[in-house]
Amino acid sequence: MARILKKKILAPGIKEFIVHSSLIAQKALPGQFVVLRISEEGERIPLTIAEASPEDGAVRIIFQEVGKSTKQLALLEEGDEILDFVGPLGKPSEIEFFGNVVGIGGGVGSAVIYPVLKALKKKGNYLIGIIGARTHKLLIMEDEIKPLCDEFYATTDDGSYGRKGFVSDALFDLLKEGKKIERVIAIGPVPMMRAVANLTKSYNIPTIVSLNPIMLDATGMCGVCRVEVGGETKFACVDGPEFDGHKVNFDLLASRLATYQVEERISLERFEKGRG
Amino acid sequence: MKIREKKVPMSEQLPQERIKNFNEVPFGYTEEEAVLEASRCLSCKKPPCVGGCPVEIDIPDFIAKIRERKFREAARILKEKNCLPAICGRVCPQEEQCEKVCVLGKKFEPCAIGRLERFVADWEAKEGIEIPKVEKPTGKRVAVVGSGPAGLTVAGDLAKMGHEVVIFEALHKPGGVLVYGIPEFRLPKAIVQREVEFVKALGVKVVLNFVVGKTKTVDELLLDFDAVFVGTGAGLPWFMNIPGENASGIYSANEYLTRVNLMKAYLFPEYDTPVIRGKRVAVIGGGNVAMDSARTALRLGAEKSMIIYRRGREEMPARIEEIIRAEEEGVEFHFLTLPVRYITDEKGWVSEMECIKMTLGEVDSSGRRRPIPCPGSEFRIPVDTVVCAIGQSPNPLIPQTTPGLEIGRHGNIIADEKTGKTTKKGVFAGGDIVTGAATVILAMGAGRIAARSIDEYVKSGIW
Repeated sequence: MARILKKKILAPGIKEFIVHSSLIAQKALPGQFVVLRISEEGERIPLTIAEASPEDGAVRIIFQEVGKSTKQLALLEEGDEILDFVGPLGKPSEIEFFGNVVGIGGGVGSAVIYPVLKALKKKGNYLIGIIGARTHKLLIMEDEIKPLCDEFYATTDDGSYGRKGFVSDALFDLLKEGKKIERVIAIGPVPMMRAVANLTKSYNIPTIVSLNPIMLDATGMCGVCRVEVGGETKFACVDGPEFDGHKVNFDLLASRLATYQVEERISLERFEKGRG
Repeated sequence: MKIREKKVPMSEQLPQERIKNFNEVPFGYTEEEAVLEASRCLSCKKPPCVGGCPVEIDIPDFIAKIRERKFREAARILKEKNCLPAICGRVCPQEEQCEKVCVLGKKFEPCAIGRLERFVADWEAKEGIEIPKVEKPTGKRVAVVGSGPAGLTVAGDLAKMGHEVVIFEALHKPGGVLVYGIPEFRLPKAIVQREVEFVKALGVKVVLNFVVGKTKTVDELLLDFDAVFVGTGAGLPWFMNIPGENASGIYSANEYLTRVNLMKAYLFPEYDTPVIRGKRVAVIGGGNVAMDSARTALRLGAEKSMIIYRRGREEMPARIEEIIRAEEEGVEFHFLTLPVRYITDEKGWVSEMECIKMTLGEVDSSGRRRPIPCPGSEFRIPVDTVVCAIGQSPNPLIPQTTPGLEIGRHGNIIADEKTGKTTKKGVFAGGDIVTGAATVILAMGAGRIAARSIDEYVKSGIW
């Protein structure tokens, strides 16, 4: 059991929990994730760790309410216990001095890129941050990411804030300017990571993406999270979740993510009916 | 008195009924049936069955107590050597072990040792479980990694010896393969729960949601414990690496069974985890896990559940009892057949499986005739769900994060067969993590052996 110490609404449908878990807080490194379960009937949900503070045993998670389980999770309040909370899982991000690094967060991906950027900053990298969302009120983490960055750009699809367009458009602006970039890290929805990877491939810039396939045990036992990287099958839970974006088969990732579309709809409808 | 030639039959759910539910198939013996079957035992002076048992249960002794209707005493004898009799009575391959060497079996059917073990364990559970006396505390602490059959056995034995034992389990429920792998209809989860409670009643502490190698490493555990036993099993599923294998609708058996058993996906949407209820399900492989998967598919409503196996019926590694049950339930067997690729629809779902016919050649290193493909014999089978049950290798999490631990060619931890000692001081290992995927009882046997040498080590400090 892990207690929710703090709850915050970051944007419509996006919540932040600070969860007490000394063990995980001591071990967690940028890029790693937890798996949680909120009830006896519940499924195991993987969520990336947005921040960990070992001194107060706190683990920060940020999530978007998309299906039944995340909507149910969002109903928990401060003081409530999360039934199962396990981690830190997955391989941590590669944190080194690379030079000029562009960190890109799309949607809730901004929460995931935040600890990675913080660690990269400490290594002395020149940081260019790009975060984006559909519209201004869905843009999260700007207050925390912007001060970390040497250059910062925000984008919205509808132009309600920052540059109108996608995060990949903002990256393209930089590339056209001839900006020297040693490494790109892109975390967000599949189409966004695919767009970024396609773009940087033609410029030959090493690009890391963090994949979010369906997971079950998340310890390498079941293989549901298998992804293709450079034609080889990898398990995202133990071999990843970060991979070389130029080698990832995004089509396969997208189709595997859609495996339970029908069941996810049934589950959500049933849940909302039960509440309404 | 004339000896009955055949085992007293055990009543069970009829095939046409049982494929509609997940309830256990056999009902178990009544007291009368158990006493009658117990009377078949020859009470050999030098009983070969005891040597055939990996945990050396005093088989003729406990059977004699059944014959005398002293069921409580029978349970005591069983529990002296086996903390998990209700499980072993159900899933042990007795036909390969104790019953194989039963003297009665030379002329007639051997004595039904497994069924009698199950009877005694279930009788005790019904009448109230007796907690055996544990030795006075030694002050020594042992960490057990994994709560499967090896871990539970080592933990139970060490607790009885007076050591303080903590089991660390990665999942949210204890039992390892007993809860995620073996289906409800073969091993009810309430029984696993009961056996875990028994081990806890001996004083063992179980910590769930703790991934050793991630939450803490083995080296970190060694700071807090006098010894560590690694029993993390064979958790890494194999795939065939053939084209199309990552299509939606293709599962590893681990995933398929974990969804259904651990996460109770057969109760979706009451439970949140879904599983595909395929109409045409193909299960690749010929072991117990393949039989479990094919029979699970039927219970999930498959119109056709097929076993695809590259050798013949004789060569299948599954227990004959499981093969017969699968046949009775209507599982279709495609022998001498090997999948070579999968064909997917426009949405990335598997729709067909291309297979090639095989013939059997010379005997290979496994002692079975090697399957050889017949060129030009390719054909297709329409499928909507595939379960790959071709085996699994040891879970790599601990081997990767524990310096000083020697690892074998197949990713297994190297441990001495007679002591369970690894190449790292204070660290023992046993079960599938050492041998590769094997049986519940062999893992328990390894646990028993390791418990003895851990006891010696923590008391003497001599490695």
